[in-house]
Order: sequence, then structure tokens, then C-alpha cells
Amino acid sequence: MSCTVRIASPLRSYADGAAQLRAHGDTLAEVLAHLEQRCPGIRFRMIDEHERIRPHMRLFVNNNEARELSAAVRDGDTVHVICALSGG
Amino acid sequence: MSSTLWIGTRKGLFALRADGARRRWKLSGPQFLGHIIHHVLQDPRAPRVVLMAAKTGHLGPTVYRSHDRGRSWREAAAPPAFRPVSTGEEARAVQRVFWLTPGHASEPGSWYAGSSPAGLFRSSDGGEHWQPVAGFNDHPMRPKWAALGTPDGEFLHSILVDPRDPRHLYIAISIGGVFESTDAGGDWAPLNEGCAADFLPDPNVPFGHDPHCVVLHPAHPERLYQQNHCGIYRLEGPGRRWQRIGRAMPKTVGDIGFPIVLHPTDPDTAWVMPMDGTSVWPRTSIGGKPAVYRTRDAGSSWRRMDRGLPRSQAWFTVLRQAMCADTHERPGVYFGTTAGEVWASLNGGERWRCLARHLPEIYSVSHAT
Repeated sequence: MSCTVRIASPLRSYADGAAQLRAHGDTLAEVLAHLEQRCPGIRFRMIDEHERIRPHMRLFVNNNEARELSAAVRDGDTVHVICALSGG
Repeated sequence: MSSTLWIGTRKGLFALRADGARRRWKLSGPQFLGHIIHHVLQDPRAPRVVLMAAKTGHLGPTVYRSHDRGRSWREAAAPPAFRPVSTGEEARAVQRVFWLTPGHASEPGSWYAGSSPAGLFRSSDGGEHWQPVAGFNDHPMRPKWAALGTPDGEFLHSILVDPRDPRHLYIAISIGGVFESTDAGGDWAPLNEGCAADFLPDPNVPFGHDPHCVVLHPAHPERLYQQNHCGIYRLEGPGRRWQRIGRAMPKTVGDIGFPIVLHPTDPDTAWVMPMDGTSVWPRTSIGGKPAVYRTRDAGSSWRRMDRGLPRSQAWFTVLRQAMCADTHERPGVYFGTTAGEVWASLNGGERWRCLARHLPEIYSVSHAT
């Protein structure tokens, strides 16, 4: 499946400044694996060593927040990588 | 000899570079604006190499490496991370890479990193790939050694490599204590006898202490100094009992602080930066009057050194990585504050001058040549 990944600004240095990229995969895990191939290092900044989404990251498939990397991704979906931080 | 001070802050990396006389300093940066820089160190075995421990508010922790004295940086291919776990095992994730230490002189490219939660990691290729040190991270006692961490997690720091023996290592954990390995990290034993832990129900425990900073002098490596949450200590090996040398500090000042810094060639000379550890632990300069204290007799006596520092209403803190000495014949001493100032003394602390102001909160200051 082919999807669009919208990349939050703190991660764009890994994507040569791109705000969105095309990626492939049937699950969020597969999409992120494909993204990692194109943008080495980006995945570990979002996902910890135990496959958990980091505390200040939120991943959405279209308008639905995905809490697990097993979330399904369909052809034409948009994966949103959102950063959530408060305070100074 | 040129001098660079690497300034790691809560909002990026800065550098102060000086001429040979260290009279004129020029501030540059920020690099990595907005990144949280916990530690920056030059590789003494390869002076063009600098490693930096960083993260951002949003993104996970990592390590950057420079091979051109900080002009350009490249991220580690495999940053420090705990090993995968089996079902039911505690799944710890590195929240921050807090500490960096170059490995032994005989092992070029080797580095150690300490994390929060407490983890020890090693790289054999100059910081490109990091592996967990299983002898500590999976030690059956580790859950007890690092059981009392603060809500921010316990911190593993002060990784020391004995210059006589690359297999002889020390680490410190806040809160957890000091630990020693004589087999390259394969096994560890607590090294806290004599240290107070007066915040614990039983202060006479073998571990659970709160070392803030532990240092070893390359010319006298059997001696350790420690600035602890509960005082300043010295240990004379092969003995295993710490002596509270902070007892010689003025009672009105006490012996609480974060950093302790050694003279580059004189193992009897050290500098500390006392802070207020009374009542609710403000952790600021005492009475708003910052002062460095120096011993030249291994802690038997201490002298206040505050000429040039603010005389009043200066309420900053100096964190454990934020004070250092250079390697000049007459060593400079430097510290950075949580108020974003960098201070320097080129005469052993006799007189201080401010090199930079208005930086973000300073987490680390290190000297590079």
C-alpha cells in the first residue's frame, strides 16, 4: 500500500527538509520501516527500543490516533507524525 | 595552545574560543538550536573528534559525532539503547544520554555513555554504534542498585576508566551509588562505604547513595574524589572507605554541590561549587553569593574564592557537567550556570570573570584544545 507521511518539523532534517513523503506498508510498522530506509535515523527518534511510540510523539492514520505500530494503513491513507510538547 | 569551551545548554550548543593567552574569548553558536545538550567532550586520543549527547523535547535521545572539531556533525547510526526484552521483563528505554566518557588510551575509538534510566553503553567505533554493557544493565542486582530514582529517572554518570588498566571502571548513579568493575564491566560491586545517605530510612546501606560527581586523577588513579548529595569525599585505594573531606568546609557553607573538578597535574588540588542543600533544597548559590572553594591539600582545608563573582543576589546553580579545568600549565577553571553565564578564572580561582551571559540554562562545560 502506498501512503503519504506528513512529517513534523522537528523530524524534517532527516527528510532533507520535506514536509511529506510517500511510503509503503500495510501497517504503521511497515510504513516506518520504509521511512527509515529513506531517512536513516528518523525512526529511533519517534519509536523507542521496545517498539513504543515515544511520550511526546503522536501518530495518526488519517484522523485516527494509532497507539500501536500494528495499526493498519490502507492505500491512499495519510500518516501524520505529530509532536506534542508543553512548557518552555 | 588554543582553547575551546564547549557549552551544552538546554536549548543548543555554543562554543567559546580563545587565543593562546586565553584573554579574548569569542562566542559562537548556537548549533543545534532547540536541542537539549547534556554533554559534549573532545576525544583526548584524537583531538579533532568531539562527541555530543543530545535529544529534543519531542525526539528520542541520540549521540552526534564531529571529526572536524565541531564544524560538522553526524548522528550515530545506532544510538545507545537497551536490548530487546522478553515478555514479562521490564522494558526500559533510554530517556536521555546523560554522560559521555572516552575509553582507555590504548583503545582508540572506544567510548562509554551513561543514560537515564541508569544504563551503561559502549562504542568501539568512535560513537557510531553503541551496545549495552550487559554486565551492568542486566546485572541481577541492578534493579535494587537503581531502585530509588527520582521521577525524572535515575542518572548514570561519572564513568571513569583507570588509566593503568582499561578493565578497571567506575560508574556512579544518582540515586544508586558508586560501583566498581575490574573486568571491563562484566561484573560490578558497590563502593559506598563511608558515604552518608541521610535521606534513606537506613543511612548505613551498601548502595542507594546519591553521588553527584566522581572524579579520578590520571596521575594518582588510586584516589577518587566525590561530590555527593551528602557531602564531599575522598577515597584512597586500595582502601574502600570514603572519608568526608567536606567536614573541613565552613559550617555556614556546608559541603553540598554538584561538580568537583581536579587540577590537571596536581592530585591534591580540587575545586567545588557549594550550593544550598538546606530545608527544601533550593540548590542555588548560598545566600545568593556564589563562591568556588579550592583545596590544595586533598581536602584537609578549603579556601573561598569569590573575587569577581557577584557579591549578592545571584541565585544560580552549577550542574555536575558544567564545571571544568583546562590543561594549561597554569590551568584555567570554568563553570556555566543555570542562568546562562560562563565564568572563568585563569589563576586557580583567585579571580573570576564572566565570559558569556544570557545563554540558555547550561548543562555542561568542557574544555577542548
